[in-house]
Amino acid sequence: MADIHSVIGTKNKKGQTYTDTWKLMNEAPRTPSFYTGSEVIKEAVRRASCDVMIAYPITPQSEAAALIGELFAEGYIGDYFRGESEFAVMSQCAGAAFGGARVFTTTAGPGTMRAMENFPMWSGARLPIQMIVTCRGINSPLSIQPDTLEIAYLLNTGMLVWHAETAQDFFDWILKGYMVSEEPDVHLPLALCCDGFFVTHTKDVVNLTPADMCLPPYDPYRSPVPCMDMECPPVRMMRDPFVMKSNYISYATHASWQQEVWAAVERSRKHSIKWLNGLIDVENADAEIMLLASGTAVSQSREAIRLLEDEGVRCGLVKVKTLRPWPEEEIREATKNAKHIFVPEFNVTGWLAKELKATIPNHERVHAGPRVAGGMTMPPEIIVNEIKTTLGLKKSFVMAGRGS
Amino acid sequence: MSKEKIKISEALYDIMPSDYQDLVKSATYGKEDRGWKDIGNNKELIEQHSLCAGCPESMAFRYILASLPNPEDTVMVGSTGCTSLVFPMVAVHNIHSLFGNQNAIASGLKRALSVRFPDRTKDVVVLAGDGATVDIGLDMTLQAWFRQEKFTTICFDNELYANTGGQESGLMQKGFVAKMAPVGKLFDKVRLPEIARESGCHYVVNCTVSKPSLVEKVIRNAVHIAREIGPTYLQLYTPCILEIGKNSMEGLQEMRDSEKPTERFAYKEYVSEPAKQLLAELAAKDKERKAAAKQLAGKA
Ligand SMILES: Cc1ncc(C[n+]2csc(CCOP(=O)(O)OP(=O)(O)O)c2C)c(N)n1
Ligand code: SF4
Repeated sequence: MADIHSVIGTKNKKGQTYTDTWKLMNEAPRTPSFYTGSEVIKEAVRRASCDVMIAYPITPQSEAAALIGELFAEGYIGDYFRGESEFAVMSQCAGAAFGGARVFTTTAGPGTMRAMENFPMWSGARLPIQMIVTCRGINSPLSIQPDTLEIAYLLNTGMLVWHAETAQDFFDWILKGYMVSEEPDVHLPLALCCDGFFVTHTKDVVNLTPADMCLPPYDPYRSPVPCMDMECPPVRMMRDPFVMKSNYISYATHASWQQEVWAAVERSRKHSIKWLNGLIDVENADAEIMLLASGTAVSQSREAIRLLEDEGVRCGLVKVKTLRPWPEEEIREATKNAKHIFVPEFNVTGWLAKELKATIPNHERVHAGPRVAGGMTMPPEIIVNEIKTTLGLKKSFVMAGRGS
Repeated sequence: MSKEKIKISEALYDIMPSDYQDLVKSATYGKEDRGWKDIGNNKELIEQHSLCAGCPESMAFRYILASLPNPEDTVMVGSTGCTSLVFPMVAVHNIHSLFGNQNAIASGLKRALSVRFPDRTKDVVVLAGDGATVDIGLDMTLQAWFRQEKFTTICFDNELYANTGGQESGLMQKGFVAKMAPVGKLFDKVRLPEIARESGCHYVVNCTVSKPSLVEKVIRNAVHIAREIGPTYLQLYTPCILEIGKNSMEGLQEMRDSEKPTERFAYKEYVSEPAKQLLAELAAKDKERKAAAKQLAGKA
């Protein structure tokens, strides 16, 4: 049985030093590096002590998956292979996690949808797999552009769902994500989402921890369910299979287990608060006009706030970092003074606005927009105009000719 | 798993279920010569089952579990179907995940176990129905073989989807009228054993489970070859007596009828060259070991 405390300070096969994660993330020196988001994923995985990585190509995550292959060739990962489809890949990830491995995979849009049956299975089986979702369009006509619709589907799987804004978020959250999802009272998979291309293909300065330090290894025996490696006795506690038995006990067992999975999502709250320094970030909390966003819509909102400030309109911002657990209390508190809350989103249905409306009192304050879909960019001016139109202020930007 | 690990703390002994006490006392974990003849004398690794009375799958389960060479370090992977009703009563770790993804689960599992236990033998055995193996899960079945994943795949071929009430499956015989094959199945029984051979399996057997000694032999061969060389595949006829309209007592005869030389479950075996060599080596070692044991017994 791996005792993670005893390995701190020792070296792995690659010569990296297992480092206490809190120290690694908060005290280790950081080197500013100019990288694409995909390269940042690679650098995070280099430091993540992953046992198994399983890959399948789909734009915009193909590059990240290929780069992690290079890491395997260099000896940083226990095993790496390409599965035959996303459904298979997510099943392979499940198998590896059942066997006690720390598992990493990446996917996007249609791949996420093809694999969908696996995700509630992962959370039901309490497998702390980390999956990067580099969001992209899923509906016809074909699009490879960023669009965050698949997040809406992930919200009800029982997985933890985080939405990164920048490559820096990505780097830190990949590593911190394992710390939260592997806690014995959580032990759930994590879908770490970002807006494809905007994050994956954009170069940015990211502060990286030293490459010769890595996370302590995963200890599968801290799991709330037995690890499937025959290192502990198989417990025949079920006298009857749960499935397809028309008796009340099996219904009750299944129902209570689902509740336990969602209780575990709730229990992840305290760990996420500790590692992410809160589930939301707030700027100008006292403003009457607030923007609430996740992912790169946060960056666009920041820019819009700056433009509005130039015109003397004061606006606040809530950046939602974790969608599951959903920061209900925090959002209620952060929006309690707001008369108007705008929710810019990169998807056609506006799932974030719906979540918000279901959370706060007086939800008529919520203006569900602006929204772009199909991979279009969201110029900050669109946000500014939406706010001004809604509030009856004079529009300052003519949008004709903009867009992509 | 060492046998030590299943020992029960003395303080808790009397509150453990009696079948668990039996398991610890007399299961055949860690015994090289275990086999079907232990059934009835030793604690079996399978308890009661919830299959239909007389379902040949229940027999097959018993023989297979009695024949695993290394049950203390074997993990089984199942799939949705009649077999998934049995797994909760099996005393090896077993995974039921979804319908058809068993070979993908097993691929990840076997690789994870190899990463975590590079110096130990950990066997993985897949056991699923024909619908899971040849229909919904065919891509994952084949790709595991193409990739030379080192585990055994066992298909319980009952020639239809039994668990959902008898719909058409790829392994169903041509012409058989079934739910979802209302005018009779239109194409031939998929030749999965041949496909398995062409896809890279090193040991392929197509047979019934009418003879326990035969099941024991093919299971041991399949697991040993998978462990050392590459994928192996067993297709075992376990007729769904319910859906073909037989009585509980008629399953055995159904198997005997269908294993006649001209029938579709006449014994067929394929062994690759490296697998043949391995089997010969194992047989020689076994002989040596038994001779040494005999000598030792003689001296005592
Ligand atoms: C994705 C999905 N589709 C359909 C089903 C319904 N289903 C459950 S078992 C089964 C048939 C199983 O047939 P087979 O693999 O041959 O096993 P058997 O029951 O005959 O042993 C089906 C279609 C399911 N569970 N999941
Ligand atoms: S339905 Fe058929 S295969 Fe399933 S348990 Fe009954 S007899 Fe066996």
